[in-house]
Amino acid sequence: MAMTIRQFDAVVVGAGGSGLRAALQLAESNLRVAVLSKVFPTRSHTVAAQGGVSASLGNDEPDNWHWHMYDTVKGSDYLGDQDAIEYMCRKANEVVIELEHFGMPFDRLDNGKIYQRPFGGHTSNYGERPVKRACAAADRTGHAMLHTLYQRNVRANTQFFVEWMALDLIRDADGDVVGVVALEMETGEVMIFQAKATLLATGGAGRIYAASTNAFINTGDGLGMVARAGIPLQDMEFWQFHPTGVAGAGVLITEGVRGEGGFLLNKNGERFMERYAPTVKDLAGRDVVARAMATEIKEGRGCGKDADHILLKLDHLGADVIDKRLPGIREIAKKFANVDPVKDPIPVVPTCHYMMGGIPTNIGGQVIVPDGKGGEQVIRGLYAAGECACVSVHGANRLGTNSLLDLLVFGKSSGDQVVHDLASDTLTQKPLPADAGDYTRARLARLDGAKSGESVAEVGAELRRTMQLHCGVFRFPDSLTEGVRKIREVADRAANSFIADKSKVFNTARVEALELDNLVETAVSTMISADARHESRGAHDRSDYPSRDDAAWMKHTLWFKEGDKLEYKPVKLKPMTVESFEPKARVY
Amino acid sequence: MADLDRIRWQCRRGLLELDLLLARFLENELPGLNPEQLQLFNELLAEADTEILAWIMEQEEPPARYEKLLSVLRQG
Repeated sequence: MAMTIRQFDAVVVGAGGSGLRAALQLAESNLRVAVLSKVFPTRSHTVAAQGGVSASLGNDEPDNWHWHMYDTVKGSDYLGDQDAIEYMCRKANEVVIELEHFGMPFDRLDNGKIYQRPFGGHTSNYGERPVKRACAAADRTGHAMLHTLYQRNVRANTQFFVEWMALDLIRDADGDVVGVVALEMETGEVMIFQAKATLLATGGAGRIYAASTNAFINTGDGLGMVARAGIPLQDMEFWQFHPTGVAGAGVLITEGVRGEGGFLLNKNGERFMERYAPTVKDLAGRDVVARAMATEIKEGRGCGKDADHILLKLDHLGADVIDKRLPGIREIAKKFANVDPVKDPIPVVPTCHYMMGGIPTNIGGQVIVPDGKGGEQVIRGLYAAGECACVSVHGANRLGTNSLLDLLVFGKSSGDQVVHDLASDTLTQKPLPADAGDYTRARLARLDGAKSGESVAEVGAELRRTMQLHCGVFRFPDSLTEGVRKIREVADRAANSFIADKSKVFNTARVEALELDNLVETAVSTMISADARHESRGAHDRSDYPSRDDAAWMKHTLWFKEGDKLEYKPVKLKPMTVESFEPKARVY
Repeated sequence: MADLDRIRWQCRRGLLELDLLLARFLENELPGLNPEQLQLFNELLAEADTEILAWIMEQEEPPARYEKLLSVLRQG
């Protein structure tokens, strides 16, 4: 049966901050834009961003983009591309003020300018002291941003396809991307969105970890689509973790709990941080605490029947202090850990938060791959922006508030690039290949035809456990080797996934089976890339290679699904207009 | 049934906290809701994530009509 075909100038997959920002740029240029989203746009995971968006506006004290650039390069542990970082930091003021003009309700100073507050890692004068650079809308910056951009898109006649899931890219014989195949959840119908430009903005993929702060929708759909289409994923070994999320849930417990005197215990009731950081103990830096927790669990001193978590004790602070100084903690613990911290410790575990790697792009959001001759080439018709993309501004480690900036700057720049490519006739409406949609049809036919096979829930749980245990915040060589074997096994099982419910209308089981395919590509690429990188850099922290090795490893990883193989490409150390920041030890 | 399936998907949210709380509700409470309660739950799902969470965590006063529903969501 032939699939219905719809034609657009551009199709944007994902309606979070980057997808909306890109779509706006396209719609305001009077292009015909379709935005596909699994959920209503304002329910995208961008809504969870609280901290703010960084820009060196200097509204409260002197600041400039070059200081911001230095902080970002240093934060990236020198894996970030300095041209992209310069571009992002220079564009920050423009995109933030633009958003203000769109009606974003930023907090304000008495003089009416945007209020700015300090945030970890942001400094003035190249690391001298903290600087006020984060612009926020109370603790609802992401929420306000989504609403502002969504309203603006409605005004610009962006066409939204809500509760649609994009499944696969369509590439023609030249390798150009000419659209996507997508599933309408309400009907179960599969359609082709033929477009001159396809822009992926599918966000993060933190659901590959058992402990994750990411919402359930963050399944790396864009990464799966790209990997299946033969395009590599970049720097997938770099994931940011937070030391204390509620075990089994992922909801964060603020570091303020340890600040107020809470401390961590292993299964023997030992306050183990005394061994790892004798002076500051539980108040050591994030990475030190997370590493100690992971080591305790790895060495069999974790708590619970599976010895897989640590206990955070704060009952000794007393109900008064807990209620007064740590508002909300008691409610969070009761609701998500099922304990009252006034009486019992909270089970916690290092928890995945943000993906630094993703789909390799340039500053214009064009997806770039090796050309086989030592250089790079653009995949015509394909663009990516936001967390799913790796441009790479975060390198091995992201600074807080740079994620919202990333999606504004590169959402806009990729939209502009599409407009430019369409105007210059680089992009035209190419015919669909004769076999367009066949690949997806075969995937769905297998799933719908299977009479038995692997449970999606069980394979998904095994995938998350494997990633958590073998490729978590602190990585051990024997464990990684075992992890590579296990995650390949998980991938084989997922290829044989089975759903009992074959119904068409809002079949969540089918959606979850299709999401699992995307999680698999994300997880395998992460494990393989992590196993191969023999150094510690930023968020990639190995017990056997404890230091950064610039001579051997200052390079980006590229993982290819085909052959499960890795290639590397150099970090762009040369900024656009200024001098390079030379690698130094990253101390704060 | 199709309506319940739609509701089930619409419990996928932008905030993890809501994913978790709503998943529990779906499992324990959804099958027992009468048509009016279902309608109200539908309306609640159309509210903003940040609002729903603030109401559940009792950081903000919810509209009175949601109070009973929210108290069930709070219990988990």
